Amino acid sequence: MTKNLLTVKDLTMRFGGLLAVNGVNLEVGEKQIVSVIGPNGAGKTTVFNCVSGFYIPSSGSVMFQGKELRGKPGHLIAREGMVRTFQNVRLFKEMTVIENLLVAQHIHAEHNMLKGFFMTPGFKNREQELMDRAAHWLERVGLIEFANREAGNLAYGQQRRLEIARCMVTEPKLLMLDEPAAGLNPNETKALDELIVQLRDEQGISILLIEHDMGLVMGISDQIYVVNQGEPLAEGTPAEIQGNPEVIKAYLGEE
Amino acid sequence: MSESIYYFLQQIANGLTIGSTYALIAIGYTMVYGIIGMINFAHGEVYMIGTYVAFIALAGLSMLGIDNPFLLIGIALAVSIVVASAYGFSIERVAYRPLRSSKRLIALISAIGMSIFLQNYIRLAQGSRDIAMPSMIKGGFLFGSPEGSHIMISYMQVIIMVTTVLCMVGLTLFITRSRMGRACRACAQDIGMTNLLGINSNNVIAVTFIIGASLAAVAGMLLGLYYGVVNPYIGFIAGLKAFTAAVLGGIGSIPGAMLGGLILGVSESLTGGYLTAEYKDVVAFSLLILILLFMPQGILGKPEVEKI
Repeated sequence: MTKNLLTVKDLTMRFGGLLAVNGVNLEVGEKQIVSVIGPNGAGKTTVFNCVSGFYIPSSGSVMFQGKELRGKPGHLIAREGMVRTFQNVRLFKEMTVIENLLVAQHIHAEHNMLKGFFMTPGFKNREQELMDRAAHWLERVGLIEFANREAGNLAYGQQRRLEIARCMVTEPKLLMLDEPAAGLNPNETKALDELIVQLRDEQGISILLIEHDMGLVMGISDQIYVVNQGEPLAEGTPAEIQGNPEVIKAYLGEE
Repeated sequence: MSESIYYFLQQIANGLTIGSTYALIAIGYTMVYGIIGMINFAHGEVYMIGTYVAFIALAGLSMLGIDNPFLLIGIALAVSIVVASAYGFSIERVAYRPLRSSKRLIALISAIGMSIFLQNYIRLAQGSRDIAMPSMIKGGFLFGSPEGSHIMISYMQVIIMVTTVLCMVGLTLFITRSRMGRACRACAQDIGMTNLLGINSNNVIAVTFIIGASLAAVAGMLLGLYYGVVNPYIGFIAGLKAFTAAVLGGIGSIPGAMLGGLILGVSESLTGGYLTAEYKDVVAFSLLILILLFMPQGILGKPEVEKI
């Protein structure tokens, strides 16, 4: 077992009187693909929102590379190397495709405005680096010919790929994907499936996945966590989960 | 050309002069609204403070014996921009940032409170009477015959229009080309997502306030020199006019604010020229009401879409 990149312990999230997430634990090792599954409304996205700093969890701990991240502002969490996508794609729709990738590299950018103003060689080189990295990822996800198109005008599947590319240019250690296959056709889902595995194998990053598409999850996950009604139900390898009667009951109802 | 055409063109020129300063102030409203969705009602006071600082700097520099008008104006402008930026930054830090997550109405009330505070603070510090400044730049271009019908465009009007154009070009380059500008646009579209990509949106918001305040200071200095007079109350009406300009052009849109300012300035000037000067505010605010009734998104604005 490799050492853990992300360890979530006893994560609890309350909205007023509603207990949306109760005592969820997650462990993501290095170079692992880990999935969180569960029926609709099980609290999967809430778990995601808590881990990525979009919500501040009511209690529990989120350790990332040995650092406690609970309650840290979103931009610091991203700088630690954890980025995410959303279920409903959240691109900067009025900016061009390439600009979406440049904005995401703001953390790597040169911040000295004077240097920018006078266009010093160092500044230009950095700017070129950002462009190169953006172009590399556009090529990787097959969107290079759309670089100057407005992001909002891309087809849905392309927008999903752009969102993943936008995460990747920040050079994360953990990529969190919230239902990346939602709204994709079977061919696109298959391509996505391959892309996720390649990201792990070639870039050496870990991926935390929320997904409804069982085929996708079972095929690529190293570890699966099942959440039901905000509570942890089961965890294990795809084979273990497929054979777990509790999970089958939660998904299909009692016989 | 007949007399009436000269007269008309003169009104247009005067309108464009005033309109360009409205546009400069309006940009502060529209950029802040674009990013955090609130109306910074203290913005007019920043403009007023910009005028005061410029007057104080001009008086101080003349006492030091500097008498080159361009040097004087240049230094005073720089001082005014720096001080006004500090005000813009502090206003956001003190009055708005702590209320960022509360309801919009609460931030709005805080903005009005800040506006009243600043107005009265300047009144106490500088006195409530008009402070006058002798006009530094005299003369102008004359088109037509000096005795008969002609248009007179003063050098000051030329300076106002040229400076405004330079500011607009600079701002446009900043917004479209620079990294910070890119981050500003990203924040205006989806501030939560921008944060999750590692951009500290608080910094972006601070920069927005600083830019808005700088442009207001430029407008304050220029209009101060044009009218030659300042008092603690000029911020209120100028703020409302610029706000009208921003709404007219489509709040949240920078080109909209520029266009809105010019339209408002010209329509005011035409009212003054053909009806009576007393009615120009009536026209300005009637325009605001009409726009809100029939084109709530403004000329270049986009229809409001609920952000998720």
